[in-house]
Amino acid sequence: MIHLTPWDLVIASVMIILLAITSLLLQLNITKQLIIAAIRNVIQLLLIGYILKLIFNSNNLYFLASIATVMLLVAGFEINARQKYPLKRWIGFKIGTSALFISSFAMALLTLMVIVAPTPWYSPQYAIPLLGMLLGNTMNGISLGMDKLNQSVYQQRLVIEQRLMLGQTYQEAIQEIRAESIRTGMIPIINSMAIAGLVSLPGLMTGQILSGTPPVEAVKYQILIFFLIASGTGFGIMLAVWMIAKRMFDDRQRLNLDILRIKR
Amino acid sequence: MGLTGPSGIGKSVLLKALADMLPHQGDIFLGDIESQTIAAQQWRRKVALLPAESQWWCETVGEHFPMFDDVLFAHLGFQKEVLDWQVSHLSSGEKQRLACIRLLMNQPEALLLDEPTANLDHGNRAQLELLIKDYQYEHQIPVIWISHDKEQLNRVCQQLLTLNNSHYEVSLIGPEPAEEDGVLV
Repeated sequence: MIHLTPWDLVIASVMIILLAITSLLLQLNITKQLIIAAIRNVIQLLLIGYILKLIFNSNNLYFLASIATVMLLVAGFEINARQKYPLKRWIGFKIGTSALFISSFAMALLTLMVIVAPTPWYSPQYAIPLLGMLLGNTMNGISLGMDKLNQSVYQQRLVIEQRLMLGQTYQEAIQEIRAESIRTGMIPIINSMAIAGLVSLPGLMTGQILSGTPPVEAVKYQILIFFLIASGTGFGIMLAVWMIAKRMFDDRQRLNLDILRIKR
Repeated sequence: MGLTGPSGIGKSVLLKALADMLPHQGDIFLGDIESQTIAAQQWRRKVALLPAESQWWCETVGEHFPMFDDVLFAHLGFQKEVLDWQVSHLSSGEKQRLACIRLLMNQPEALLLDEPTANLDHGNRAQLELLIKDYQYEHQIPVIWISHDKEQLNRVCQQLLTLNNSHYEVSLIGPEPAEEDGVLV
């Protein structure tokens, strides 16, 4: 494997800086976010690189559990960032984190204990990258689904109230919006599954191939991961969208958007 | 019963509360059924609220109607083709008449009308008033009618509740006094 020198990374970062300058000139209002994301990327990845080194050497279940908890909490928090009509902080965090936890951890445990089954099952070399991919993708999906749900409900609140007035249950009144939101959240993973191999070589497989794994072995892992991510993401989104939709109505099936953080 | 008073006094809020669309204090009875004792959606089918502006969520008119009732539709000058019409092409008069049919098809046992004819021309207004009156007569149900139009209130109501900042008053208007029938706040 060819080792990268710092200079190799500097060349790549020049490209990001060029992009930032261009978007500044075009007044895209995204420059700041781009730069912050790039800097966060460097710091976070370097940190996790060193932490992983420690964890891999220790093979300790409690150490792993605390890392997994941190990953979960950060993902749960990030779900609610960058939303157009965000939920109130605590509710959004609670719903996001519990949906993430149930779907991602269930998939990860299934893989670690039944499918790949390394010894010990919590072997960090498998557990952490797997959980990371599950959490990251599920987080994206939930975030998109939530954005669509909150935005649609807010914009169509009169329609929803009209439907309630005609004697529909809240389930009936929000059914289409809910389905549409789940669909929106699932589009990215379905797209990337559908084009994998034809347009893009997925990340995990690319990484394994770059580090010398035989391509067919890498492909098997990639398929496994895709299926796990797709199911984890799908169930996670459904869970989150259902929970939020339910919270948008009170016990007498009245639309109550108090859970949204809207400046009135 | 007519309901009138200055804008912002809470007439619409009152009707929404009666339909259990807003949290409220006190008990609402329809006959001897209290609103909280049955499911919200059942209550709203019985105590039907027609807002000033109707909302539509599907492309065509027909998708908003579980079935077709030719008598009701014909009453307001529609034929079966109306079901294939695009909602976006409806005039405000057509929308309001169709919204009224949509509401009556639930067979409500009380009607709450929030300025139902505010956006309608003379002909549409008369048709809608007649439809409501017929329905009310046939089913013997209470109707509460918000309006700013004194003449209309005289035509359609037997009692008038006037809300003001400091007080409210009930007066008798129209041709003959009404029988008490059901809605108490």
